[in-house]
Amino acid sequence: MSANGIGASVRRKEDHRFITGKGSYTDDINREGQTHAYFLRSPHAHALIKRLDVAAARQAPGVVGIFTGDDLAADKVGGLICGWMIHNKDGSPMSAGAHPALAQGKVRYVGDHVAVIIAETYSQAKDAADLVEVDYDVLPACVDLASADSPGQPQIHDNAANNTVYNFHLGDKAATDAAFARAAHVTKLDLVNNRLVPNAMEPRAAIGDYNSGEDAFTLYTTSQNPHVARLILSAFIGLAPEHKLRVIAPDVGGGFGSKIFVYAEETVCVWAAKKVGRPVKWVADRTEEFLCVAHGRDHVTHAEMAMDEKGRILGLRVHTKANLGAYLSTFSSAVPTYLYAPLLSGQYDIPAIYAEVDALYTNTSPVDAYRGAGRPEATFVVERLVEVASRQLGQDPAQFRMRNFVKSWPHQTPVIMMYDAGDYAGTMRKALELADYKNFGKRKRESARKGMLRGIGFSAYIEACGIAPSAAVGSLGAGVGLWESAEVRVNPTGNVEVLTGSHSHGQGHETTFAQLVAGRLGIPIEQVSIVHGDTDKVQFGMGTYGSRSGAVGMSAIVKALDKIEAKAKKVAAFALEASEADIEFKDGRFSVAGTDKSLAFGEVALQAYIAHKFTGAQLEPGLKEGAFYDPTNFTFPAGVHICEVEIDTDTGVTQIAKWTAVDDFGTIINPMIVEGQVHGGIAQGIGQALIENAIYDKEGQLVTASFMDYGMPRAHDLPHLELGFNTTPAPSNPLGIKGCGEAGAIAAPPAVINAITDALGHEEIAMPATPQAVWKAMQKSAMKIAAE
Amino acid sequence: MPKISMTVNSKQVSATVEGRTLLVQLLRDTLRLTGTHVGCDTSQCGACVVHVDGEAVKSCTCLAASCEGAHVTTIEGLAQGGTLHPMQEAFREHHGLQCGYCTPGMIMAAVDLVNRKGFDLDEQLIRSELEGNICRCTGYHNIVKAIAAGAANMSAQPVARAAE
Ligand code: FES
Ligand code: FES
Repeated sequence: MSANGIGASVRRKEDHRFITGKGSYTDDINREGQTHAYFLRSPHAHALIKRLDVAAARQAPGVVGIFTGDDLAADKVGGLICGWMIHNKDGSPMSAGAHPALAQGKVRYVGDHVAVIIAETYSQAKDAADLVEVDYDVLPACVDLASADSPGQPQIHDNAANNTVYNFHLGDKAATDAAFARAAHVTKLDLVNNRLVPNAMEPRAAIGDYNSGEDAFTLYTTSQNPHVARLILSAFIGLAPEHKLRVIAPDVGGGFGSKIFVYAEETVCVWAAKKVGRPVKWVADRTEEFLCVAHGRDHVTHAEMAMDEKGRILGLRVHTKANLGAYLSTFSSAVPTYLYAPLLSGQYDIPAIYAEVDALYTNTSPVDAYRGAGRPEATFVVERLVEVASRQLGQDPAQFRMRNFVKSWPHQTPVIMMYDAGDYAGTMRKALELADYKNFGKRKRESARKGMLRGIGFSAYIEACGIAPSAAVGSLGAGVGLWESAEVRVNPTGNVEVLTGSHSHGQGHETTFAQLVAGRLGIPIEQVSIVHGDTDKVQFGMGTYGSRSGAVGMSAIVKALDKIEAKAKKVAAFALEASEADIEFKDGRFSVAGTDKSLAFGEVALQAYIAHKFTGAQLEPGLKEGAFYDPTNFTFPAGVHICEVEIDTDTGVTQIAKWTAVDDFGTIINPMIVEGQVHGGIAQGIGQALIENAIYDKEGQLVTASFMDYGMPRAHDLPHLELGFNTTPAPSNPLGIKGCGEAGAIAAPPAVINAITDALGHEEIAMPATPQAVWKAMQKSAMKIAAE
Repeated sequence: MPKISMTVNSKQVSATVEGRTLLVQLLRDTLRLTGTHVGCDTSQCGACVVHVDGEAVKSCTCLAASCEGAHVTTIEGLAQGGTLHPMQEAFREHHGLQCGYCTPGMIMAAVDLVNRKGFDLDEQLIRSELEGNICRCTGYHNIVKAIAAGAANMSAQPVARAAE
C-alpha cells in the first residue's frame, strides 16, 4: 500500500477551503443584477384557492415580478415528476396526482407553493408577500397515515381513490402462507417507523440565470445529481432543451437524499429568470426546509415471522402502509417498494417472504429517500422481529441470528436479491468480541447497583447498494439507467483531471477518487484533481446517493484508467522505439521489458501531446479517455451493530453506554473517511431511535418545524463509537467496493430499540424513545413485575 | 439607514445598512465574507459563530449596528499569514468535517471554548459545550477528537491565542 493509494487514511484535499471559509456553496454565489425570490406558502394543509390577487403586492417597493400557477400554466411549464413507475398487485399503474410547481386551484400541505414574489432584496420580496390576497376554502385534512385509505377520508387527488398511490406486493404469498401453516412459533409485531426531517445543515438554495444572447439558462443549485436535475427540468418540465440548460451544483452542505430531488423552487427560479430578465436567487430558511424538503421514513407495519420448533425461520409476512405525503417526489415511489421489500430477508436464509405495501397520500410534505431509504425501514422490521423472536424462544439473540444467517454465497433470496459475498457469522463473532459481550451481565449488575437499567441490543443489517444495474432497475419501473460515467484527462505536463458524474456533498470524493488515480498512475496525489457537479464540464452522470459513488462511480474511473494505460503504452512504445507488447507499466514508469529504457508517466503524457514520435496514421495524439460503467449486480454491505444502553429509572433518560459496529463494506479506499461516514450514519440512526420525530397535528400543521421543536442530535446525545471491519470484497465490481454511506443509519435504530426493550423487559415502546416515552414504558414494566 | 464601522479580521470597515441588518448579513452580503454560514432561523445551529471582541457570538442573532466599534474575527481571519490556526489544522487532521457547512462555526466555537476552559478538555466537557453547534454529517465523534487535539496544540502555540 502506498502512502496515498488505496487503503491509506489520506487527509482530505477538499478540507483546506472549508476550514478557511473559502467553500463555495450556492448561497455564496451572487450573479450580476441578481434579484431575490420569496415563496408565498400555504398556511393550510388542504384548501381550495378561491381567489388569488397579487395586484397590491405588485406595487410594493422593489418588486420585480410576481407569478402564480396560472403563469406557469400559460407558459406550458410541466409539473414535477416521479421517476419510478410502480404497478399495483393487479398490474395497473400507480395513481400519480398532478404536481404543479406553483399551486393550481388547490393546496395540499402546509408550505405548498402558492406564488413567488421576486424583488430587489429578499426583505422586499418577503414584505410584498404580505400584500398578496388569498381566499382559501379550507377543506378537512387527511393527516393520519394508518387511516388515510379508510372510506370517508378527505380525498387529496381526484385520480387517487382512497388516497392510494398503489397497492404493491412482492414475494410468494402461497409459499409464505404454507410456511406459517407449519410453524411451531409465530412472532408478531406492530411497528411505526417514525417520520424524519433530513435537515442537511445547508438549507436548499437555487439561482436561476438566463442569458438572452445565447438563449440559455444556468441553474446553481444544492443538488446531489445535477445531470438528473437537468434531464428532468428539460425533458419533463420543459424549461429548456438540455444543451441550453447548465446545472451547477457547487459545494453542497450535506444532502442525505433530500437534495436528489427536483423541487418547485429551482424550477421556478430558472423559469422566472427569463421572465424578469435577471438572475433569481432563492435560499430556504430553516422553517421552509422543515416544511417543504422531502421527509423520510413514515411507515406503519404489521409483521409476522414463522419459525420451526428449533427456532429456524420459515417465513416472513409484512404489511406496510407508507406515507408519501401530498405529492409524489422524484423517487418517492421506489423507496417503500424496491428499496424496501427486497431487503426483508436481512442476513437470513428465509425460504418464503411475502410483503404488501400500500402507499398513501396525506396532507403532509412529500416523503422520499432519506439516508438508507427503505433499507432502514426493512432492517427495523427484520431486526426487531428477530430480537423479539429470540426472546420469546428463550434463545440468545446472537446465537439465534447466527443459526439463521445465510452461510454460503451466492444466495438467492425469495425477494429479488442475489447476495454475492459476505461473512455474516464472522462479522457477528468479531462484534461480540469487540463489544465484550461475555461480560455484559457484569456490566448490567454494576448499572443496577447505581439504580440504572442496562440493556443490550443487536442489529445485523444488510443493504443493497451500488445502485444499480440499469437493465434490472428498468425492468422494475425506473425511468433512468443507474450507471456512472468518468473521463480522465491527462494534461501534457502529466497532471490529471478526472471528471466524474458522482457528486460530493461531504463524502470526500476529491480525496478518495484522487487516491485511486494517483495509486494507479503512480503520480503524486497533488497532481490529480476531481471535477464534478457541473453539466458543462462533465458530460453526464447519475449523481451520489444509495452509497453508489465508490462501487459505481469509482468503477467507471477504473475503466477509463484501463483505457488510459492502454493508450499510454502505445505512446510509450513509439517514444521508446519498442514493441507495444514489451511495454510494462509499474510505479508510474513505462519501461521496455528486459532493458533499462523507461519513461515516467508525465513524459509519456508529453509525448502523447507533442506527437513527434508517431504519425497521425499510426496513432491519435492526446491522452484522454472516458468510460461508462453499468454494474452487474447490487452490492451488499452488511454488518453487526451492538448497542448498550443505560436508563435512568428516575428520569427515563437513555444514555448509550457503548456502541460497537463491525461492518463489511468490501474494499476500503480511505479508512478515515469510511469511519466518518459510519459515525454520521449511526448519529442519524440514534437520532431516529431516541429523539427525532416530525409531528403533524390533526389539521396538518407541522408542530416540529424548528431546531427548538425537532430533536436534532447534539454532541452530548451521542456516544463514543467503536468501529471494526470484516472485509469480503464485492465480486461485482473491479475494486471490490460495497459502499458505506448509509450503513449506520440503517443499522442503528433497531440496535437502540432492542437495547431499550431488553432493559425494560417488554417490547412496548415506539421510536423515538424519548425520556418521557421510556419513563412511561418503565411504569408498564413496574406494573408487569407487580402483577407477576 | 445607519452607517456603522468596525474592525473585521484586522481591517477597518464601514457600511451603511438597514437598521434590521444582522451581523451575519453584513459579513456575508456586504463584506462578502461567505465563510460564515446560516443554518437556521432560531439561533440553534451555530453555523454563524464569529468572535466579537474575542468572544463567540452567533452572528445571526445580533444586529450589525450593535457591533459598532467592535473587533470581529471570522473564519477567514483565523489563520495568521498563511499558517493555519491549530484548531483549523486539528479539524483537518482528525477528519472533523465532511460537508464543511457547520465547520466555520464549529471551529470558531471551539477556539472560544479553549479560551474559556483551557487547553485540557475532556470528551464530556466538549460534548456538553457543543450544545449550540449542530453538525448533521459527522456524528460529532471526530469533531470532539479534533477539538481536544486542537486545544492541546493551542497550548503549544500561545501565539495562536494571542492573535484573537
Ligand atoms: S444561523 Fe446562527 S445559530 Fe443557526
Ligand atoms: S460537516 Fe456537514 S454539517 Fe458538519
